[in-house]
Amino acid sequence: MKADPKGVLTGIHFIDGDQAACEGALAAGCRFAAGYPITPSTEVVERFAGRVPLVGGVFIQLEDELASSIAIQGAAWAGKKVMTVTSGPGLSLMMEHVGFAAFTETPCVFVDVQRGGPSTGLPTAPAQADMMQVRWGSHGDYPMIALSPNSPQECFDLMIEAFNLAEEYRVPVFFMMDEVVGHMIERVEIPEASEIEVTERKWTDKKGKDYLPYEADESLVPAMTKAGDGHRIHITGLTHDERGYPVMNASTQDKLLKRLLGKIEINRDKLVDIREDGVEGADVVVVSFGITSRVAGAAVEMARANGVKVGHLRMIITWPFPSKRIKELAQTVKAFIVPELNMGQMVIEVERAVVSDAEVISIPHAGGTVHEPEVILEKIMEAAR
Amino acid sequence: MSANPDVVMGVEVENPVMPYLRQDRLPHIWCPGCGIGTTVNCFARALTECGLDLDQTAIVSGIGCTGRVAGYLDLDSFHTTHGRAIPFATGLKVGNPDLKVVVYSGDGDLTAIGGNHFVHAARRNMDLLCICVNNFTYGMTGGQCTPTSPVGAKQTTMPYGNFEHPFNLPHLADACGAVYVARWTVYHVKQLTRAMKEGLNKKGFAFIEVLSPCPTLYSRRNRLGDGVDQVKYYKERSKINNDVDTKDLSLEFQGDITVGKFVDRERETWLDAMNNRFTSVIGDKYEPYGVTNGEK
Amino acid sequence: MAKNEIRIGGLGGQGVILSGIIIGKAASIYDGKHATLIQAFGPEARGSSCSAQVTVDDDPIGYPYVKKPDILVVMSRDAFTQFVPNLKPGGMLLYEEELVDPTDLPKGVKKFGIPATRYAEELGRKLVLNIVMVGFFAGVTGLLSPKAVEKAVLASVPRGTEDLNLRAFKKGFEHGQRSVGV
Repeated sequence: MKADPKGVLTGIHFIDGDQAACEGALAAGCRFAAGYPITPSTEVVERFAGRVPLVGGVFIQLEDELASSIAIQGAAWAGKKVMTVTSGPGLSLMMEHVGFAAFTETPCVFVDVQRGGPSTGLPTAPAQADMMQVRWGSHGDYPMIALSPNSPQECFDLMIEAFNLAEEYRVPVFFMMDEVVGHMIERVEIPEASEIEVTERKWTDKKGKDYLPYEADESLVPAMTKAGDGHRIHITGLTHDERGYPVMNASTQDKLLKRLLGKIEINRDKLVDIREDGVEGADVVVVSFGITSRVAGAAVEMARANGVKVGHLRMIITWPFPSKRIKELAQTVKAFIVPELNMGQMVIEVERAVVSDAEVISIPHAGGTVHEPEVILEKIMEAAR
Repeated sequence: MSANPDVVMGVEVENPVMPYLRQDRLPHIWCPGCGIGTTVNCFARALTECGLDLDQTAIVSGIGCTGRVAGYLDLDSFHTTHGRAIPFATGLKVGNPDLKVVVYSGDGDLTAIGGNHFVHAARRNMDLLCICVNNFTYGMTGGQCTPTSPVGAKQTTMPYGNFEHPFNLPHLADACGAVYVARWTVYHVKQLTRAMKEGLNKKGFAFIEVLSPCPTLYSRRNRLGDGVDQVKYYKERSKINNDVDTKDLSLEFQGDITVGKFVDRERETWLDAMNNRFTSVIGDKYEPYGVTNGEK
Repeated sequence: MAKNEIRIGGLGGQGVILSGIIIGKAASIYDGKHATLIQAFGPEARGSSCSAQVTVDDDPIGYPYVKKPDILVVMSRDAFTQFVPNLKPGGMLLYEEELVDPTDLPKGVKKFGIPATRYAEELGRKLVLNIVMVGFFAGVTGLLSPKAVEKAVLASVPRGTEDLNLRAFKKGFEHGQRSVGV
C-alpha cells in the first residue's frame, strides 16, 4: 500500500540524519514512539514530538529505556507502527525487550545512533561498536534484521524499509545509525506519498477463537491481530504454542525457535542488500557499512588511482550477514579489508564466510571519529602487493 | 478452581466465574492456600458487574506468581517481562485509548524491579487499573525479600529476618498522584470485588493493594500456619478505615492491618492533559488523539 | 568545480551553524551540487567557540570531514586562532575584520575582511551578522550562484525577517564583490 500522505513531508530538505530518520518513520506510518533522552539520538524523538501531534499519533517520553522499549510493544499490540530511539547505554537497557519482541513476534523498530563505548564512553562521537550487541545481546537465540544507513537521505529511505521489514517478518528491526550520520546535514529528498510503498501489517481474517496467534503458514510468519479485535489473545514471553499459551518443554521450544530463526533464514537471499562496486575481478575487496562505507569509498578511489584492482562491497543490511556472496568472492579475491568503528566485530563474520580462502584484514578503530581514508588506502596497497 | 464443574449435593454447578477464565488452561499453577486465585475470583466477578465490553478490556501482567494471572483470564492478555507490565500497559492504552487496560501483578514485580514505572504511571495519571497482590515475597523464585516484606519477616535472602524498611504502598500511590487507592485482603472478598469494580470504572491511575497469603514460602518460613491461618489473621487484625491518612498505613509483621478505600479523586489523565495542551497551543490544526469513543 | 572544503567558526550565538546550513542548502538544493555539513558537537558547542564544516562538490561526497579547508570563515578571534593552522596553503580566509587580526597565515592564503558586526548593527540587528558573512562568502568566493544563496537565506530565516536578512545578505555580498574587484 502507499504511504499515508499525512506523515509525508514531501519536498527537498537540508536536514541531518536524525531528522531524516524521524521523517522516514513518519512516512512509513509510525504513529507511536517512546523514548528516553540520550545523546546523540535525541533529535529523532525531539522532531517526532513536534511533528506527530499534527499527523495523528503520539510520542511519550518515558522514565527510562526499559519502559520505552516495552511501551512500544504495547502500542504495537494496540495496532500501531512503533519505534524507540536510543544510543549505547540505553541500548544496553533495552536488550531484554529485543528478546521479548523477537519471541512474541511484535513488529517494532529500534533506532540506535551509535556512539563510543563501552559504558558512557563518548556521548558525542561516533562508533559502530553495537553491531554484535544487537545481534547477540539479548539472551537466547533470536532472529535479527539490521540496516546501516550512511547518509541523511538513507536515514529517510532505509527507515521506511526498516518499518516494512518489521511488518513483513514480525521482528524487531535495528536501524544502526552513528553519531556522524545522525548529525550530518545533507540534501534529503522526500517523495510524494503516492511514490512511497509501505507494508501493511499482516492482519488475520479469522474471527474469535478460530484465530491462533502463532499459527504460521509456509512463510513462517503468523498473521497478527490487536487488542480489542475480539480474539482474546494471550501473549507471553514464555515458550508458547500456537495458541500463545505457555508450554514449557523441549519440543515446543525446538519448534518455536526453529520457526523464529527460519523466518529470516529462508529469506536470507532476499534480505541481503549490498552495493558492489568493482568487486568482479578485484584483487582486494573492502567490506564496509554505515558511515565507514563513505570513508572506504574515498580510499578505494585513491587506490584505483594508484592502479590497484580494488572492489568495494557495502552492506546496507548488516544482519543477516551476506555470507554467501563473500564466500563466492573469496574464491577469486586475494584479500578482504574490513574497516569498522569498533575493535573488530563484523570482521568476525567476514572471517567466518571466507574461512581460509582469502586473507582477511581488519582495520579496527576505537571510535570517536571516523577512519582517515589514508589508513584504509595503506592497507589496500599492502594487501594488493 | 478446576476445569470441571463442581458437584454440589449431587448437582453439577458451573462456577459463575468460569466464563471469564481460559478453561483450557486450567488447572492453574498456584499452590493450595495461595490467595491469588481468590483475587482472580473477585476480579472475574467485578468484570461481570462493571458493564465493560470485555472485548475492549485487556490485562497485562509482569513476571511471578501473580504475573500468571493474565494467562488465565479470557481477555486480551499480555504476560510481559519482569517489572514492565506498567510500561507495556502504557503503550497499549496510549496506542488504543478505547481499551480498558488492567495491570495485575505482584509486589516484587510492581514495586521492586518495576517500582520506577509504578511511580511514574501514578504521576502521569495514566488511565490504568493497577492491582497489586501483595504476599510479601517472591513466590516463583522461592521466597526472597521484597520491598513490602515486613521488618522481622524471615525470607531466604533475609535468613535472620528482614531489616529493611518496607514500602507503604497506598501512601506511595497516593503521594505519586493515583486517583483511586484502596487496600483489602483476600478475606474481604466482597469489598475487594467492589473495589475492583470501582477501579475498572475509574478514569485515571487506580491502585488496589490486596494482601494475600503465600503459605508455601512466606507462612511456612515464618511459622504462620497454612493459608487459612493467614486469612484468619486478616479477619482478626483488619480494621476498615476509609478516612485514614495514607501515611499511617504502614504494615508490621503480623500486626494490625488498616483496610479501606483511602483515595477517590479526579485528576486530568495523561491523555486528556496531552489533548488539552495541544488543543490550547496548536488550535484547530490539532485533532485530539484517541477521543473517537472516549476513554473508558 | 572541484571539491571545496569550508570551515566556519565563531562564537556560540553568532549563528555559525545557520550560516553553514545556508551555504549547504544553497549548494545542494538551489545550485544542483552536493553538500555535506558536519557540526562540531560536544562541550565546545555550548561554550564559546562553535564551528561547522561544509563540503561542496559536483560529485557525491564520501569522506565527510573537513580536515584542511580551502576556505576558512571566522567570526571570532578564538575561531581564527583555533582553525587557521589547518587552512590549506593557497586557501582563502574570510574574517570579521573588527574582531580578528589575521597574522601568521599559511603560505599563499588570500585574506578578505569585512566589518560584519558593524554592518549588522547598522542594519538594525546585530543578529544578522551571520547573514552578512554568508553574503560576503558568496561575493568573495563565487562558489555558488548569488540567486541560490539568496533563496537559501529566505528559506532559512524566521518568517517576518526576510527583508532584513536580504538586506544583510546584499550588504555582505556587495562588500565581497568589492573586495575581489568585481
